[in-house]
Amino acid sequence: MGQRIDVNHENIYYGDFLAVEDVNINIEANKVTAFIGPSGCGKSTVLRTLDRMHELIPGAHVEGEVLLEGKNLYDKDVDPVSVRRDVGMVFQRPNPFPTMSIRENVLAGVRLNNKHLSKSDADDLVEWALRGANLWNEVKDRLDNPGIGLSGGQQQRLCIARAVAVHPQVVLMDEPCSALDPISTLAVEDLINELKDDYTIVIVTHNMQQAARIADYTAFFNLKAVGQPGHLEYFADTTTMFNNPQNEEAERYISGRFG
Amino acid sequence: MAEATKKKNLDGAPVIDFDKFRPTRSSEQARKIKDYVMTGVIALAFVIACIPLVSVLWTTIINGAKRLNLNFLGYNMTGVVGGNPTPSGGYGGVLHAIIGTLEITAGAMVISIPIGIMCAVYLVEYAHGGKLAMTISLLVDVMSGIPSIVAGLFAFSMFTIVFGPGTINGFEGSVALSLLMLPTVVKSCEEMLKIVPNDLREASLALGVTKQRTITKIVLRTALPGIVSGCILAIARVIGETAPLLMTAGYIASTNVNLFSGQMTTLPVYVYQEYSKLNANCPAGADASCVTTIPMERSWSAALVLIIIVLLLNLIGRLVAKVFAVKTER
Amino acid sequence: MSSQDKTALAPTGGKTADKVFRGVAYGCGILILVVLAAVFLFLFFRAWPLIGGDQAANNETVSNFTGGKANNFWGYVLPLLFGTVLVSILALIIAFFVSIGIALFISHYAPKNIATGLSYVVDLLAAIPSVIYGLWGGLILVPAIYPFWDWVANHLGWIPIFAGPAANPQRTVGTVAVVLAVMVLPIITSMSRDIFLQTPSLQQEAAYGLGATKWEMIKLAVIPFGKSGIVSASMLALGRALGETMAVLMILSPGLSYSIKLLQASQSQTIAANIAAQYPEANDLGVSVLIGTGLILFLITFVVNFVARKITEKAGA
Repeated sequence: MGQRIDVNHENIYYGDFLAVEDVNINIEANKVTAFIGPSGCGKSTVLRTLDRMHELIPGAHVEGEVLLEGKNLYDKDVDPVSVRRDVGMVFQRPNPFPTMSIRENVLAGVRLNNKHLSKSDADDLVEWALRGANLWNEVKDRLDNPGIGLSGGQQQRLCIARAVAVHPQVVLMDEPCSALDPISTLAVEDLINELKDDYTIVIVTHNMQQAARIADYTAFFNLKAVGQPGHLEYFADTTTMFNNPQNEEAERYISGRFG
Repeated sequence: MAEATKKKNLDGAPVIDFDKFRPTRSSEQARKIKDYVMTGVIALAFVIACIPLVSVLWTTIINGAKRLNLNFLGYNMTGVVGGNPTPSGGYGGVLHAIIGTLEITAGAMVISIPIGIMCAVYLVEYAHGGKLAMTISLLVDVMSGIPSIVAGLFAFSMFTIVFGPGTINGFEGSVALSLLMLPTVVKSCEEMLKIVPNDLREASLALGVTKQRTITKIVLRTALPGIVSGCILAIARVIGETAPLLMTAGYIASTNVNLFSGQMTTLPVYVYQEYSKLNANCPAGADASCVTTIPMERSWSAALVLIIIVLLLNLIGRLVAKVFAVKTER
Repeated sequence: MSSQDKTALAPTGGKTADKVFRGVAYGCGILILVVLAAVFLFLFFRAWPLIGGDQAANNETVSNFTGGKANNFWGYVLPLLFGTVLVSILALIIAFFVSIGIALFISHYAPKNIATGLSYVVDLLAAIPSVIYGLWGGLILVPAIYPFWDWVANHLGWIPIFAGPAANPQRTVGTVAVVLAVMVLPIITSMSRDIFLQTPSLQQEAAYGLGATKWEMIKLAVIPFGKSGIVSASMLALGRALGETMAVLMILSPGLSYSIKLLQASQSQTIAANIAAQYPEANDLGVSVLIGTGLILFLITFVVNFVARKITEKAGA
């Protein structure tokens, strides 16, 4: 089952620069939450603080709390490595490991903790994850081919399979369809809809139609001016957001008047 | 955990018991420890590598500074007998070796820089990745791995066959060095020409300027700082070569300024020859001014002079590239 | 309009100059091929007496060189070749792991400003002339390393390569290998650092995203990406070590046997150092013999470098 995430008074810095200011958001378990907003508003940055990926940039740090099912990810005794196992991530462009086969790509995460995976366990896990990513039927006959040989959409679903194979509670997706053609995008969107039964999903997207199609809740991020920190402007369920937003900026953005 | 997987059962997917794969405390601990250990090992590799490298520089500076003075730089080795001081008050010097090094290296420059630049021009401007060009490019790479002693043997063989046996002169050394220098010059020029934006060439050609003028006035002009820097680095590479000069340029104690006739000493060969002498003789009952270890001390000082020259050339080469670089981005 | 002016201003000789320039450029390109062929041919001609000359005289020359240890060319060159390869491989083994460590340290562990300085230092170290490494090796390292090798010989002497007693002074294959390792270290380091830095950040994030530690990320993303670069850097380093003359000449106490006793003196010699050592006293035929050994060294380094570049080319394509 998925877990909920509660973000309280989060400030995100790069060095001394305050990139995103005072974010408060409650992300429901087993729902799809979309982050939208103009470029540079910090939506990807906020997403990357949910699994402490942003820390990979030297100097980046966070104030405030990110609670995963009540447990603060930023407590002193929490290891970012284990956070990233509980919270999986799918990136803008498909990034299977180029030297690994499809099968090994799926198992890459699991192998970190299970050095001696039995063959039957591995087989089951690969099938389970690839079925979960709607990819099994397309690749079951060529599991030992390199993952890089698949089409873009297939690669992205392979990356989703790789992320779910570790059995995380939450899956973060950073514009997962931005590098895909419309048909592959549709396949990934269908998949996201199915995945929410098992996981909490947070997705950053530039595409408002996509947010409207797949998200249960939508968060609108904005920034006052270039160089100013971004902030969470408005958070609502998707129907309200797109039909009857109670926020002027959000309405202007959604109706295409800026961004 | 199991309920998450039950649903998929319907379409034949295997049921996974994820508790089995959950990391145990000990496995997590082991991974963490391994991460720390590897960080330590990598940092250690760095420290280990620093020891000899620092030691090379440090000992050369300490030992070399002892005899490095104006007298050492201003005199050659004529009139040096055993460990006794010369009439000028020093113990011999490297003037002839510095002159030899400069002349022989200049000779190598004159041969290899024009050829190298034109070869790079051919590869980038005319060949456009044809089969011949690919072969040449590969062979230039391979050539950069020719052992320096083979270059020496080549120059030696060529001069004995062409000019008769026993020919030894500075220019022969220049030929050997130019063989070593050529691939470095070609490679760095090639890279510099490649980053000259195509717009510049097209703009010039569109103005009706001939290709030759486009290349000399626009392309080479734009790439000039990079080419100069590449050539300086190539010089720095060959100026310390010893082995090929042992057999081509020879070794003498006096100053020879004629590149084309007679043996010529260079700094690296001087370092080697003094090192091979081990000790100087002092007559029994000689006073303290006779130093038996003087060859080693001269060797260190010459090595220090050589290091200073090489490092200066490197520094200058990099500075030229940095300071005079033409902005090529957009 | 300005194009009209230019055309009008262009000298009438422009066409000829164009052709000449083009010809010179082509000529210089072809010259590379000519030079390489010339290297081979001149060496071959100068070594000809070895093949086409009086074999008895050749064998006598070899015998004189070696004090009777070898009495034909192959009996001479094969032990030298063995020594060359032994020293170079040892140097490569020592340098390889250390270099990869430094390269990773610079690319992924050190803070950015320190890393820039470090890679600058590594580049400078590649520029130090080999004669200085030889001087340092002969005068500083040989006495300094003796206690270490002595300890190794006493405690690990049961391993054949470390069989004691350790020679003092340590003018041995073991010490030379250490010096050569120091010399080739900057080559492997700078090439693998460059390729590690090019690892796509997407790959690195993918590994981190799965919950990998830093080391696991390096194993998952950085090393597989840099593999061919590491291999080709090592081959280049090997080529450099095979041809190194001065450091070996100034440190090693030479011998002529197929010995793997790294810590004993007078066991092996390399082709390059042998040429430099024997050359001053060699007569005409002796020089032919030495050039014959040089030709073999040339062919071997040629192949090693060729393979290294082919690997790079393949990886780049």
